[in-house]
Amino acid sequence: MPVNATLATYGDWLYNSAVGVYILATFLYLYEQAFGRAPAKAKERELVVAGGTGEQWKPGLVVPKKPERPRAERFGRMAVALTLLGVLFHVSALVLRGVATGRAPWGNMYEYGALLTLAAVATFLVLMRSFPVRRLGGFVLTPVVILMFLGGTALYAPAAPVQPALQSYWLVIHVSVISISTGMLLVPGVASLLYLVKSTNDAKPERFARFAGRLPAADTLDRLAYRSTVLAFPLFTIGIMFGAIWAEAAWGRFWGWDPKETVAFVSWVVYAAYLHARATAGWRGARAAWVNALGFLLTVFNLFFINLVTAGLHSYAGVG
Amino acid sequence: MRDALAFLRNTWRGLTAMRTALTLLFLLALGALPGALLPQRALNAAKVDEYIAEHGWWGRLLDKGQFFAVYGSFWFSAIYVLLFVSLVGCLLPRLWEYFTQMRAKPVLTPRNLSRMPHHADAHVDRDVAEVMAAARTRLRGWRLVEREEPGGARTISAERGFLRETGNLVFHFALLGLLVAFALGKMFGYEGQVIVQATGKQYCNSGVFNFDSFRPGLRVDGTRLTPFCVRVNDFHASYLHNGQAQSFQAGIDYQSGADLDTGTWRPYSLEVNHPLRTEGDRLYLLGHGYTPKFTVTFPNGATRSAEVQWRPVDPITLLSEGATKFDPPQVTDSEERRKNQLAITGLLAPSAVFDGTLMSSNFPEARKPAVAVDVFRGDLGTDSGRGQSIFSIDRSMVDNGRLKKVARENLEVGQSVTLDDGTVIRFDGVTDWVSLQVSHDPTQVYVLVFSMLIVAGLGASLAIRRRRVWVRAVPRQDGRTFIEVGGLARTDQAGYGGEFTGLSRDLLTGGQDKES
Ligand code: HEM
Repeated sequence: MPVNATLATYGDWLYNSAVGVYILATFLYLYEQAFGRAPAKAKERELVVAGGTGEQWKPGLVVPKKPERPRAERFGRMAVALTLLGVLFHVSALVLRGVATGRAPWGNMYEYGALLTLAAVATFLVLMRSFPVRRLGGFVLTPVVILMFLGGTALYAPAAPVQPALQSYWLVIHVSVISISTGMLLVPGVASLLYLVKSTNDAKPERFARFAGRLPAADTLDRLAYRSTVLAFPLFTIGIMFGAIWAEAAWGRFWGWDPKETVAFVSWVVYAAYLHARATAGWRGARAAWVNALGFLLTVFNLFFINLVTAGLHSYAGVG
Repeated sequence: MRDALAFLRNTWRGLTAMRTALTLLFLLALGALPGALLPQRALNAAKVDEYIAEHGWWGRLLDKGQFFAVYGSFWFSAIYVLLFVSLVGCLLPRLWEYFTQMRAKPVLTPRNLSRMPHHADAHVDRDVAEVMAAARTRLRGWRLVEREEPGGARTISAERGFLRETGNLVFHFALLGLLVAFALGKMFGYEGQVIVQATGKQYCNSGVFNFDSFRPGLRVDGTRLTPFCVRVNDFHASYLHNGQAQSFQAGIDYQSGADLDTGTWRPYSLEVNHPLRTEGDRLYLLGHGYTPKFTVTFPNGATRSAEVQWRPVDPITLLSEGATKFDPPQVTDSEERRKNQLAITGLLAPSAVFDGTLMSSNFPEARKPAVAVDVFRGDLGTDSGRGQSIFSIDRSMVDNGRLKKVARENLEVGQSVTLDDGTVIRFDGVTDWVSLQVSHDPTQVYVLVFSMLIVAGLGASLAIRRRRVWVRAVPRQDGRTFIEVGGLARTDQAGYGGEFTGLSRDLLTGGQDKES
């Protein structure tokens, strides 16, 4: 199937536009984070209940919202609108890649990164509806923008068919599931890191005073991390499983401790440990957050180090 | 004796505590990591040797600690086995608890429902019996018991989401099953690789010696391999203009099972991602390369041809290296023979380009094959008893002067070189070879089944909430009824609030003004 170079070029433009729009949105989010009102405890509870996620439900606690909207909040809303626009560009970029190459648009690191970051942004948008965490947008979008920037420059690969080992419907299934779940895991990773900042600050307020005082309550961050991990982890598990099924057909064995398989296994174990830690009284809070942050770091490590530095069967990065 | 028992009991308790399991889980993760960072023998033995040579004592120390074979190392196995024991110890009591809980009735309705995290109440005009009937209808699908309290009050305690426990147990037992199946597969499975000329040559899976390399499981001695035969008729590859491979395909015929007796051959198109599955074994197309054909005309007029595979050194352009070796014909005296053996070594380019006399390849397809060869004559050392690679000559024979270089030449197809003694070596062209892998893993189906159970169990245990709801209907003097509803989510997950709101509204109104 010949590659449609024109479409691919439009796709790249859309990709770059998405990055631009995300950068703009990041600044607006960060503005709200820096200058918006610090979230008050009562207000937080109200929003939590409105989203139906409160553990302590008490009718009658809902206070009517104040109608006035200070500038910071307007900026926050604009940021969300821009994020949605960015997602639109982002999705179109992937679709055009797919049409241009006539295959699933996740065959090299540029494309894979685009899907991963899209999943991260989408997950955040969805979770924002049930958690009062809009102002965290900047912290989620920053790694997204960095990843997309790297993807569009150092890791860029022109539109082309994929090599024989990748010509399988398992490319569609395995890679999409794994990259979507990895992208989703970016959200709890960010939430857990912020949790650590926030709880350190709560213990010693002078530490990050200007910054952390305005973060959502530690408890909210903790629940955000847990909820998003619970969504992403089963998907991640399925992704690894699909990978194993594919490996059986493509490489002659379903598991062979290839570097990428190994690190996937290690991060799987770390996330499983997180879920256990969260369920065990003494480990809740900071320790669980450390475990989750570790899982996130391993995922990033798997993405970059294993793809680019070690040579394994998974070296389909399309780089170099 | 008693001390010993106490020690055993304490060890067992410690081992099966959740904290221990968590620690072991972490150790397993930590222990697996070196396997991703250090070269592993099973994947790339040459790289391991290189690493050890480069890192001196540190490399040797790592080698002693089995860090180049992490997943078979004593310490990795130890973690694995301990985790396994810990899991068993953790799960058996939970299984027991599960069955007792399954038979237990939902707990008594607490005296004071307003203390529950979720609570609602109302006075209604219906009588207690009506209220109870409506509540039973609404709570269909919940496990419930109805109880009478002194004073005419009646209560329902209901519980839902027990499937969460089921999912949890399924998950953990499946994990156990997977560990076992995986280990058994490693013991009773094997993998063998072999290069076969794609010119109608055959390979039969009848013994270990037929393989070029063989990796047996611990309990495999290589005597009872699944019998089947393969004949490789041809090989096709297609490439993009930049040399990236687009497809590989080998046309084969195979015989297995009853076909072996009747001599029937069945055709199959072997491709990447499409292994041949037969009699529980799998046959894979792993790679391919080129075989140069040389014809040597000796001074006495005798000719000999040889086709020996050379191996790719550049995976993109398939520039290959190798050594094709000849014994002088009609020489019976071994002393004499050892003076006149020939070896043609060097490089083979499927699509040759020359920079002066320097040859390289610019495309993986055999568009313009050529070889750049050194010809050696003398003692190849094949009788020395030392094993020799088919891809190279024994350099020590060159160093000690028993093997001498007699020519260096670039040859395109049809060209030849004449040696000082009149021997003519002609390069006739190239053919394809394929490398095949035979894999045998008797338990991989079970691994698949267990991993599907793992996913199902995980989904259930993470998505399902265990929650309780209680209803109490108290008759009042004025004929009205006081209804109280309380709710409790038994697991950490948020989100019961929304369900409880709807539920309590229905229970309080008897389901009459739904969604007003
Ligand atoms: C790779 C290994 C394992 C994975 C991926 C895993 C995964 C899980 C998950 C996802 C849960 C549900 C957590 C929740 O309710 O939020 C769970 C619960 C549990 N697991 Fe594991 N598990 C593993 C190994 C173990 C081991 C080795 C033990 C015991 C020795 C164990 C004991 C438990 C217990 C007791 C619970 C119930 C905790 C609770 O929800 O209160 N698990 N496990």
